[in-house]
Amino acid sequence: MTLQVTNLSINHDAIEAVQDLTFSINEGELAAVIGANGAGKTTLLRALSGLKNPKSGSATWRDNSMIGKRPEDLVRMGILHVSDGKTVIPELTVKENLALGGLWRKDKTDVAKATTEVLELFPKLGQRLAQRADTLSGGERQMLAIGRCLVARPELLMLDEPSLGLAPIIIEQIFTALNDLRKRTGLTVLLVEQNAMSALEIADKGIIINLGKLVAQGAARDLINDPTLQAAYLGY
Amino acid sequence: MRLLSTFLIGVSSGSIYSLMALALVLVWRSTRVVNFAQAGQAIASTYLGYLVITHTNNYWLALPVAMVAGAVIGALADIALIRPLNRRIKSGPVLEIAPVIATLGLLGLIRSLVGMIWGGDLKQYRAPVSINGFTFGHTTIPFSRFNLLIVFTAIVVMVIFAFVFQRTGLGLALRAAAFQPEIARLAGVRVDLVRTIGWAIAGATGAIAGVLVTPSTSLSPNSLDLLLVLGFVSAVIGGLESLIGAVIGGLILGIGLALILEYVSTSLAFPAAFVVLILILIVKPAGLFGMKRGRDA
Amino acid sequence: MRKSRIKLALELIAIAIALFFLGNSVSDFRVYEGATVALYVIAICSIILLTGYSGQISLGHGALMAVGAYAAVLARYYWHTSGLLSLIIAVLAAALFGLFLGWAAARLRGPYLAGTTLALAVGLPSLANQFHFLGGEQGLNFDIGAPPKFLGSNFSTTKWYFWICSLAALIIFWLVYNLLHSRFGRQWQAMRSAPVSAAISGINIARSKVLAFTISSGVAGLAGALLVMTLNLVTPSAFPLSLSFAIVTGAVLAGITRLGGAVVGALIIVAIPDIADQIAIKAGGVERVSANLPGFITSLLLILTILFAPNGANIGKFMSLRKKKTS
Repeated sequence: MTLQVTNLSINHDAIEAVQDLTFSINEGELAAVIGANGAGKTTLLRALSGLKNPKSGSATWRDNSMIGKRPEDLVRMGILHVSDGKTVIPELTVKENLALGGLWRKDKTDVAKATTEVLELFPKLGQRLAQRADTLSGGERQMLAIGRCLVARPELLMLDEPSLGLAPIIIEQIFTALNDLRKRTGLTVLLVEQNAMSALEIADKGIIINLGKLVAQGAARDLINDPTLQAAYLGY
Repeated sequence: MRLLSTFLIGVSSGSIYSLMALALVLVWRSTRVVNFAQAGQAIASTYLGYLVITHTNNYWLALPVAMVAGAVIGALADIALIRPLNRRIKSGPVLEIAPVIATLGLLGLIRSLVGMIWGGDLKQYRAPVSINGFTFGHTTIPFSRFNLLIVFTAIVVMVIFAFVFQRTGLGLALRAAAFQPEIARLAGVRVDLVRTIGWAIAGATGAIAGVLVTPSTSLSPNSLDLLLVLGFVSAVIGGLESLIGAVIGGLILGIGLALILEYVSTSLAFPAAFVVLILILIVKPAGLFGMKRGRDA
Repeated sequence: MRKSRIKLALELIAIAIALFFLGNSVSDFRVYEGATVALYVIAICSIILLTGYSGQISLGHGALMAVGAYAAVLARYYWHTSGLLSLIIAVLAAALFGLFLGWAAARLRGPYLAGTTLALAVGLPSLANQFHFLGGEQGLNFDIGAPPKFLGSNFSTTKWYFWICSLAALIIFWLVYNLLHSRFGRQWQAMRSAPVSAAISGINIARSKVLAFTISSGVAGLAGALLVMTLNLVTPSAFPLSLSFAIVTGAVLAGITRLGGAVVGALIIVAIPDIADQIAIKAGGVERVSANLPGFITSLLLILTILFAPNGANIGKFMSLRKKKTS
């Protein structure tokens, strides 16, 4: 198990947004956490990336605890997170946003190499390097946020609703790029999505939560074909 | 000639306001605190510079000593006061006023310490070059060699600022931490450390302003209060968010005040500055160079 | 539960009687300090009303005190108004000034307001140096007149000032207490804790803020006039930046939302120089130390309070006439 979450409970404001959650992901897997609005998905990711302290339980990445560490320390462990909503720094240029991701790294040659690879993966970013990030479209911002993480050579990439507000064709592009990427690099991906079908189509594993509790977990293919889940959570 | 000379004097005092404004903007951007203690930090640094001058009679040694002192005091202020404050106060009726109160307390604390150590009497700081105006033919203008030095030093500082902020990783981290601290954290920036560095740079900048302004006036525990206010007005003219805005705001204020002092009345300079402040805040709340973000943020 | 107005009025009358006997039994110097405490209570009430309730900060209330003080002195100096009328003029002049300032201030929040009012505190009193009719650095004499004859020939001026200040403080306290429990007080609280909901529920936020600023300024103006009355003189140096800071400190020490704490805050502010003197004498009595020790202690208290007891020093609790109920 690469990512192991055990009995994790997290408070958000006064309510327990995640309750006693246990799941795991293997090295190189793409796992999708599926659930409706308010299911506790964002709270879960914020706790896993160090933005929030959980109430109880544990989470480990390759047997190192992720709890009680600051986001900047987790980044140095190879754990990167694209938060929901504001994903890039609008006041900085595209180039600066990318550079930010590699700022902490000592190996500047590899940062340059990783940056080149990002620009190959998302050629649109290359045309907009000198523009401020707030001139980008929603899809381009999402690409930039993922690109910033890739510059840090992540081992675990956590994405919070990358499809939010994007046109289906853009979602398709981003998901395809993600899928190619992890097949090529062995990256482990934890994807949080409301858009269940698109996410499960590329995922190896699905984790379905509702009102902070685990409903089901298993191979993505099995979940898609489970009629009760389909009716209740997958929205069709 | 009179107009040109007044203009130059305005540029000279304006560049000192700009430095103070830069210090305030830097701290405001990094921690959302208008640091009223900046006057205190600068006065403590300036007194340490004074100590160097009285012992070595060397202004050029006093400046770096004051800068280092300013940086250390600035970093300490952040670590010992602002960080605990942000950890402790997250809501309640004092949330908004707490940083103001805290920096005010720090201003009083530093000022009274300075008074205890050096006393309240006025000290003179000898300028390194002549403070007598240049003479052209038979006319002597108020603008002196020392004024020229002030402008030159301010330009050097601003060029360094521009270079650090636009061309270095530290500058990128400083800007990222100022604009979106959470995203900066998620990108691996040690935001707390970067903020403390911001406070340190601001402290050093304020110290330069103190050491530059003092030879033209005199030094006492509260001799930089007015500079703090003028620096704040300059920062507000520039939008409080923008470093370039702070520089231009300082110059506008400096030149404007010089013109009023020369052509209108010496008694109107302060009311004029205050009216400008109020007008800017009402008419153009985001400042002349403000970002879209409003004053409510 | 809030006290009934009558009960509070009875309490204040009891305090007045207690003060009356206290004023007769202590030295003239203590009576003078008592007058100072009373006028600080008034000034701190104005900050509590403004900051604790309407959520606006002012670092420039020293300047507003100066406006009130100069208005009272000028009225008496040039038009020979009576003592009472001079004080009323002080309130009106400061309130009018506060109305203009509040109009601008209502658009500002937090640090902008703090900086703007700070600018005022630094610059306004020094204006008096620029205009001849304001008396310059020497200032103008302010003599409110001898105590009434029926009080006896050995009734000291100091005690007379103490009476005036105490009476003014009790009246202001009663008025502000009632104001804070009126519709306006509730509006201010709603506005501070939930501005958006307050606006949605029909409160005119801007007008409500300006009103708070105006009233607070008037109250501060009264404190300023009383201050120069006890000094017999108005000068720019009576209103240093440290005065503005002192009353904000008093309000923070009191607990910015506790009106009853104003007394505690004022006592601390007035007691600090005394305590500092004692310490300085023990420490060898170096002039520059004793001159700065009060400021040092005040600032340290301010920092410690905001860090460790941001809602006010607990000593204020048992004296607090108004226990804050959040529900």
